[in-house]
Amino acid sequence: MTREYRDDGYDDLLEAIEAGEGFYLACENGHGYLPPRRVCPDCGSTALEETPLAGTGEVITRTVVHVPPPRFADDAPYATLVAEFGPVRVTGIVLDAESAPEVGDAVRPVVGTSATREDRLLAFEPV
Amino acid sequence: MDQVRVAGVGLTHFGAHPDRTGRDLFAEAAAGAMEEADVPRGEIEELLYGNFMGEVTEAQGHQGPLMAEAAGLRVPATRYESACASAGVAVREAVKRVRSGEADVLLVGGAERMHNVGTAGATEGLAMAADELYEVRAGVTFPGAYALMARAYVERYGGTREDLAHVAVKNHANALENEYAQFRREVTVEEALEAPTIAEPLGLFDACPITDGAAALVLVSGEYAEANGVDAPVAVTGSGQGGDSLALQDRAAIERAPATADAAEEAYAEAGVGPGDVDFAEVHDCFTIAEVLAIEELGFYAAGEGIGAARDGETTRDGDRPVNLSGGLKAKGHPVGATGASQVVEATRLLRGDHPNSDAVPDDAVGVTHNAGGTVASAVVHVLEVAE
Repeated sequence: MTREYRDDGYDDLLEAIEAGEGFYLACENGHGYLPPRRVCPDCGSTALEETPLAGTGEVITRTVVHVPPPRFADDAPYATLVAEFGPVRVTGIVLDAESAPEVGDAVRPVVGTSATREDRLLAFEPV
Repeated sequence: MDQVRVAGVGLTHFGAHPDRTGRDLFAEAAAGAMEEADVPRGEIEELLYGNFMGEVTEAQGHQGPLMAEAAGLRVPATRYESACASAGVAVREAVKRVRSGEADVLLVGGAERMHNVGTAGATEGLAMAADELYEVRAGVTFPGAYALMARAYVERYGGTREDLAHVAVKNHANALENEYAQFRREVTVEEALEAPTIAEPLGLFDACPITDGAAALVLVSGEYAEANGVDAPVAVTGSGQGGDSLALQDRAAIERAPATADAAEEAYAEAGVGPGDVDFAEVHDCFTIAEVLAIEELGFYAAGEGIGAARDGETTRDGDRPVNLSGGLKAKGHPVGATGASQVVEATRLLRGDHPNSDAVPDDAVGVTHNAGGTVASAVVHVLEVAE
């Protein structure tokens, strides 16, 4: 589904990931978060800098969803993973549940497309 | 600390009532609470009302005034929304208002209608409690989010699906005699383990059901109760709330729920009790893993040690500290916006002695309720005791 308006920050990140230039926002105290953000929730720093996201992250938890919401009705079962990229953690989908990486595996962020609504997705693929 | 008293409680049956409107559900619960409280209708100063997904299921916003009217009141009325903790925060606001002296008589509660939009609609609605940009768009559902927590917990501390199944078995057993409960049938560990998978590693029996229902309480000040001869034997002696990042990815540890610990610390301090003084608890077991996290963060167990509590019989009806004597969200049901108030209703009845499971609670017991929103980005804890 095409959204009429962008979600600035989020869509910037997706475009950057597509170009192989994923980034996160780092504060001077080493905390990392994804955009859009104006302030670090850990320390209150407003000096957030776009910093390159590590090329690969490590899966720290995962699930395979068998009962989907309507927007993923034709995609289930699919996997949702949280992976750690240094100081920042990222949630991503793997539409092919059977090949979804396990906890401890390395993944890289990519942009995928859902079958149900053709939504652009923050996805992972195995490295 | 007996300034805030529960003068009356009311519940609807929790279950599948797809044809009943939210306003009708709340009207029934409110009528029950007001009848029991037996205070003049005109004395009720305000309604504080919890609801999560009324816009999705009934295309109905601005529910405060609607629900006051349904209860037969024309008073200031506000809806509180904190996902599954909506009614918990409403109760907490009411407690603070009575304690501060700002109000003497308040109606508080919540309602949720869910079955009328079906499983897909409810799944979509419940996911709104998560971060839309970074979780829901990556496929996170409500069960999926707790599955991510469960997997992270097992990775760090160990534990099995069978341990979790014992939580479901316990809570179903507790609901057998609860006339308000959605599921009044026992389940076995084997049944739970064989049930269809919802979001790995969680199966159907790890999950609370979709529920329609409402809960309401009349809270009065101790002074008002005394001056007007209101029978209100149970006091809310402590109230606390904690908060956390909305998205799991933004938390220091996905397998923890520190908002609960923060809420408990505040509530215990107000009540002048510690976790060791708590005799029973109604905790937010939207999923079996959620009960495990709750009893750890409430201080009953060290991190990583709560997962065996149900299996070892420590939190069962006959255990040292029974948890979810009502049946919990798992078996009593989870009408999202009503749950936090329903827990206070159940704890009140357990303390008063008129709950079917009251005999599992000692005299002069200290009870705790724990209501969580989303993946515990919101947590509300209340301490209840028989007033001196």
